[in-house]
Amino acid sequence: MNNALAIAHKELKGYFASPIAWVMMGFFAILYGWFFAAILMAFERQSAQMGAMGMGAPTINLNEQLIRPFFLNVSVIFLFALPLITMRTYAEEKRSGTIELLLTAPLTDVEIVVGKFLGAMGLILAILAVTLPHVAVLFVFAKPEWKPLLTTYFGFLLMSGCFVAVGLFISSLTRNQIIAGMVTFAVFLMLWVVDWMGAFMGPRAQQVFEYLSITRHFEDFTKGVLDTRHIVYYASFITFGLFLTARSVDSERWRG
Amino acid sequence: MIEVQHLTKRYGPFTAVDDVSFKVERGEILGFLGPNGAGKTTTMRILTGYMPPSEGKAVVAGFDVIDQPIDAKRRTGYLPETPPLYPDMNVRDYLMFCASIKGVARADRRSRVNAAMERTRVADMAQRHCGKLSKGYRQRVGLAQALLHNPDVLILDEPTAGLDPKQIIETRELIKELAGDHTIVLSTHILPEVSQTCQRVVIINKGRVVAVDTPDNLTAKLGGSQTTYVQLDPLGADAAAALSALPGVTHVGAADTRDGVVGLEVQSESGRDIRRELAAAIVTRGWGLLELRPVRMSLEEIFLHLTTEESAAAPAAPEVANE
Repeated sequence: MNNALAIAHKELKGYFASPIAWVMMGFFAILYGWFFAAILMAFERQSAQMGAMGMGAPTINLNEQLIRPFFLNVSVIFLFALPLITMRTYAEEKRSGTIELLLTAPLTDVEIVVGKFLGAMGLILAILAVTLPHVAVLFVFAKPEWKPLLTTYFGFLLMSGCFVAVGLFISSLTRNQIIAGMVTFAVFLMLWVVDWMGAFMGPRAQQVFEYLSITRHFEDFTKGVLDTRHIVYYASFITFGLFLTARSVDSERWRG
Repeated sequence: MIEVQHLTKRYGPFTAVDDVSFKVERGEILGFLGPNGAGKTTTMRILTGYMPPSEGKAVVAGFDVIDQPIDAKRRTGYLPETPPLYPDMNVRDYLMFCASIKGVARADRRSRVNAAMERTRVADMAQRHCGKLSKGYRQRVGLAQALLHNPDVLILDEPTAGLDPKQIIETRELIKELAGDHTIVLSTHILPEVSQTCQRVVIINKGRVVAVDTPDNLTAKLGGSQTTYVQLDPLGADAAAALSALPGVTHVGAADTRDGVVGLEVQSESGRDIRRELAAAIVTRGWGLLELRPVRMSLEEIFLHLTTEESAAAPAAPEVANE
């Protein structure tokens, strides 16, 4: 575990030393602020209209109408940003030869994979921290429920974890970052929209496709529901992704 | 300290290392010599646990590199061909990271890093980003990284490649200094390096070991025929014929002409010192003897001799691609 943490620490340090982390946090803040303002204004108009129609404030819910759409928007930004984080993880180490340092150090493949995973998750936490001031503002001027908000963050991290696990695996297959990034993006998008087809393929197929869709499992978290089904889905998805990555690194040794 | 038995590594149909066996004793410096693409890097990668062999086994510091990789790696320091540096990290952070993944206890890390930096003379670059180091410093930081955990075995893949002459001498000195506490395997395709630093040489070509011996023995044994250089003035017209007639002499040829004085190369049967007879014959004929010295076959010639002989003996051997 200490070894994995050492790798994670190095990864995180790498993100912040090369300005990757700062660039991502900065541009995320711009995009995110834009979405926040737009959704906030839409929410404001909606609540004013509702008020005019004689419906009271209780009928519109801050969590449902503002925070939820908001995180769906954030997840779209992440769809684009995460491949940029994961594409270099292995591809860069292979290209520059530093993979030789890791593979000849007294570390297991799993420790390296978990370390890289935790490092990327650390960066995601840092990017998510950018959203905290906005959320804090909501608490100052209104009364959002904090429990669904917490489950939303939790679900969001789990969902990102799945994407990172897939991204690590794809990065471990190539030494070219552009290929890793492009393929990762395509796979993410596929996982995103896999349930669209379900509607046309009969009820049974629909169930299967909906179960496979990464984003479907996120929806309950935004409603404040902690369903073990979703947690198990995400946890097994991440574990399987990391397992595949470790196998891929190992097979590389054999193939040379 | 290192025992390699029948090591073979195949990449698909191509055999990079073919039935290689050798041993390295504690504290010894073994030179791994061969042309580019001979299988040096592949062998070293197997020894360091980077990749498994297709066949055979390797034991490093008492641990099998396949069955007990973690224990073997803990006792091995490895400098790959390109030093594995992270360009965005500074030298000290990089070495601290290396120390942590090599299992150096937290309390010792700082002192170990400092010691390694002192030893490899990179302390003045501690705050510099690895990506901005010169080639010489990169190589030395790579060496510092290999030394950090005070390993029993050091595996250095072309440690002097790309260095300037002064740095090459410094690096060789450093390697010799390290030999007492560490067992060292270094690869090179530069021959003088081997005769200057190594106690024993493994010559490898096309994945096969063609010779294992000390540099001196190799020079002596593989000399084949012995050559003596003589310079005569005046040079008698029949000098070549007269010298050829001496017992033991196999061939006489012109070597060079310096200031109008002709030098001859006299080849004789190996193991037979003909210098006395040669001198006597020259003097009795009244020729002026300006110079007479044995010409030793240089390691370069032996190397070429061995590697070309090997390819002539096995013409069907597959072409070795450079990795």
